[in-house]
Amino acid sequence: MSLPTPPLTDAPPAAGAAGADALTSWTLGQKTAQLLPSTRFAGPIPWVIAILIALVVIASAGGLALGKLANSARADLSAAVTVQVVEPNPNLRSVRGAEAVRVLTALDGVRAVRLVPEAELAALLEPWLGEGAGNGDVPIPALIDVELTRSAGPADIAAIEAALKDTVPGARVDAQSDWLRPVYNALAALQWLALGLIALVALATAAAVWLAARNAFAGARDTVEIIHLLGATDRQISAVFLRSVLREAAFGAVVGAALGAGAVWLLGQQFAALDSGMTSGGGLGLGDWLVIAAVPLAGVLIALLTARITIALALKGML
Amino acid sequence: MDDRPAEIVKFDNVGLRYGTDPEVLSNLSFTLYPGSFYFLTGASGAGKTSLLKLLYLAQRPSRGAIRMFGQDLITMPRQRLPDLRRRLGVVFQNFRLVPHLTAFDNVALPLRLAGADDKRVAKAVTDMLDWVGLAHRAHAVPASLSGGEQQRVAIARAVIARPRMLIADEPTGNVDPDMALKLLRLFEALNHRVGTTVVVATHDVHLLKKVPDSLIMRLNKGQLSDPTGALRYPPRPAAPAANSQ
Repeated sequence: MSLPTPPLTDAPPAAGAAGADALTSWTLGQKTAQLLPSTRFAGPIPWVIAILIALVVIASAGGLALGKLANSARADLSAAVTVQVVEPNPNLRSVRGAEAVRVLTALDGVRAVRLVPEAELAALLEPWLGEGAGNGDVPIPALIDVELTRSAGPADIAAIEAALKDTVPGARVDAQSDWLRPVYNALAALQWLALGLIALVALATAAAVWLAARNAFAGARDTVEIIHLLGATDRQISAVFLRSVLREAAFGAVVGAALGAGAVWLLGQQFAALDSGMTSGGGLGLGDWLVIAAVPLAGVLIALLTARITIALALKGML
Repeated sequence: MDDRPAEIVKFDNVGLRYGTDPEVLSNLSFTLYPGSFYFLTGASGAGKTSLLKLLYLAQRPSRGAIRMFGQDLITMPRQRLPDLRRRLGVVFQNFRLVPHLTAFDNVALPLRLAGADDKRVAKAVTDMLDWVGLAHRAHAVPASLSGGEQQRVAIARAVIARPRMLIADEPTGNVDPDMALKLLRLFEALNHRVGTTVVVATHDVHLLKKVPDSLIMRLNKGQLSDPTGALRYPPRPAAPAANSQ
């Protein structure tokens, strides 16, 4: 067989030549993405990512709503103080109650003072003490609602106590927010729980992507070895895998975000239907929805980062 | 003054073992020069494939020193190896074509890895497939190609980026004698007309006579012998012009 000179063109650029690697990372990903057998949406990973993203979206929305709820309740009650005049003698209780109102009204930093009428107190206590709550058989302290011009701190409480000490002995002064402290604590615990759930789901996402990337690498090992021996750089090989991971993670993130947002919207409708002053403070605003919108993006970034590390470690095992 | 050409490869007391097994290659010291055509012979299990793996950078030696294109392979960080690999063309024993890529895309791989543009890739690959007589099979995947056709795709892929050294592991092992001769002529053309150093591993002694200018390295139980003076310089007393660049 008589052969002509092989049709060889000029030598191609060397690995690492200026621009060559960046170019080929993209070129290889674009032109020869089919280097890996196409597995688009065939495996469970996009769906696993979708479920995990949906969970994070729900947990994030829950955490944000709880935070807003706690802040709203705290803002409503932060300036409110209750003064109880504990005196079994009803006449003396009335006199001391009136005296307390006078003293409190004269204090600096007090915006409003209201002596809660006995009938209102009886109505409040009726569910626990029955209809006889207001007949005088059970001594009920006189209650005074005080609204300060600022949040009620320990110094304010101490000042009110000092002012009442001489004229209204036995008066008890409480910041109203103190009564809700256990509720705030419970809300804070739920927020931490949501945060913990988000961290766990992020770990689970990373673990799922790690397993998938490892399996994908093992499944394509022959192909990887071939292109590796032909001179592919780690970056070029990673680009092929990352392209596939990006596609699958983006699909999972979009589906998961849609599912999660739908669930959050439905829950929001349910809570809104309660028409409760407490739950109305937990409505999500634009900023909250922007934070929720960042969840799928963060999921895709976690998936890409995990896949990149996994592939880099696997490639290190090759010469 | 030393007028030897710069060596392509220099092995110095190289040994290779897999895990804790005994060495499969022992005390290999030799030099390969530019533009030479080497046959690596030996019985099955003599260590030919292991030696080729060292040459095409799929393996590091367990001991000794290797220099390739003037660079020390032992201390070279792995991220610099792709640059050396792109100067090599390798025809693997079992072809190792990417199974889901067409013949065209398999041949195009080295150029695409090197960042060549589409226009250049298309022309070079088309010309190369034409040269190996497979232009009409450009869009066929390896599974639909015969053994000889796969072999020619593998060879086209190995030479398309103008390698400075071509390494072929039993390239004629799966083809009939006529095809084997044709493939050898391809290697000779590359060697004579482009100056590529060629290393062909084979256990077929009849093949050696088909390339008169070739030098022979013989492996026996991991040890190298030198029946034609291939390991000396000049490689043999009456070295043909093709071998003395």
